[in-house]
Amino acid sequence: MKASLIILSFFAVGLLLGICRIFPVQWLEFEFSFYVLCALMFSVGFSIGHQPQTVKQFKNIPIRIVFLPLTTIVGTLAGAFVVVFLTNHSASDVLAVASGMGYYSLSSILITQYKGIELGTIALLANIFREVLALLLAPFLVKYFGKLAPIAAGGATTMDTTFPGIVRYSGKEFSIVSIYHGFITDLSVPFLVTLSCSLL
Amino acid sequence: MYTVLLFIILGIFTGFQFRNQKITFVNKVITVLIWLLLFLLGTEVGLNDQVVTNFHVLGFEAFLIALFATFGSVIGAWLLWRKVK
Repeated sequence: MKASLIILSFFAVGLLLGICRIFPVQWLEFEFSFYVLCALMFSVGFSIGHQPQTVKQFKNIPIRIVFLPLTTIVGTLAGAFVVVFLTNHSASDVLAVASGMGYYSLSSILITQYKGIELGTIALLANIFREVLALLLAPFLVKYFGKLAPIAAGGATTMDTTFPGIVRYSGKEFSIVSIYHGFITDLSVPFLVTLSCSLL
Repeated sequence: MYTVLLFIILGIFTGFQFRNQKITFVNKVITVLIWLLLFLLGTEVGLNDQVVTNFHVLGFEAFLIALFATFGSVIGAWLLWRKVK
């Protein structure tokens, strides 16, 4: 929670400096953020490749539950697809935003890079909303949709920000599942976002 | 577009090469880069009058996508849960 607030305050400070024109408009022509993004992607990749111990723990997960990240991804994209009919956005736009899976920092940056600042802003907000929904709805979801539901709702955040809530409402026995789900879903975000953005 | 994916794949291989060494600073690097990028994203949003004035519309669309995406994933998990239980 604290980490999310720090991230968002960096955004808020940038936003204010931008609105007040403390940064000149020419700032935008400078491709600095692309290079920082490449450095970020390399580091994210490094941290994924560097944790074989985490992956070893996943051996004990029941075979059917192994499919949970897949149902989350398919369910997320299918659910979001409905929004194509409710707004003027293309399927590519909507699916790209939904592919963020709650990982708002990475998805908003990627989508801004690929599709522009307007959709990037939607991605930032939508994925923050998803995280908040997952946090708030956890007890309700367990009650009506079973113990896997809060994990699915949390998307890519189930190994960090929404993890404590999931352990509390679904039970301690779901902590490995929650980490596994977050790990796989998190990993899928850059690929799904890029793929969705390249749809016509 | 695919340059970015190339970097993540390169990172995975490099990380795997160093798997037997204890490297903890990567997560700090990620955190700082995310701070920097979100700050830059903020300035970019702030400098764009169209985005600033339409913020409520973008917010509403974002909420719709979040709601349907979350609900879809929950249905997926519910179907799986009925098989597992």
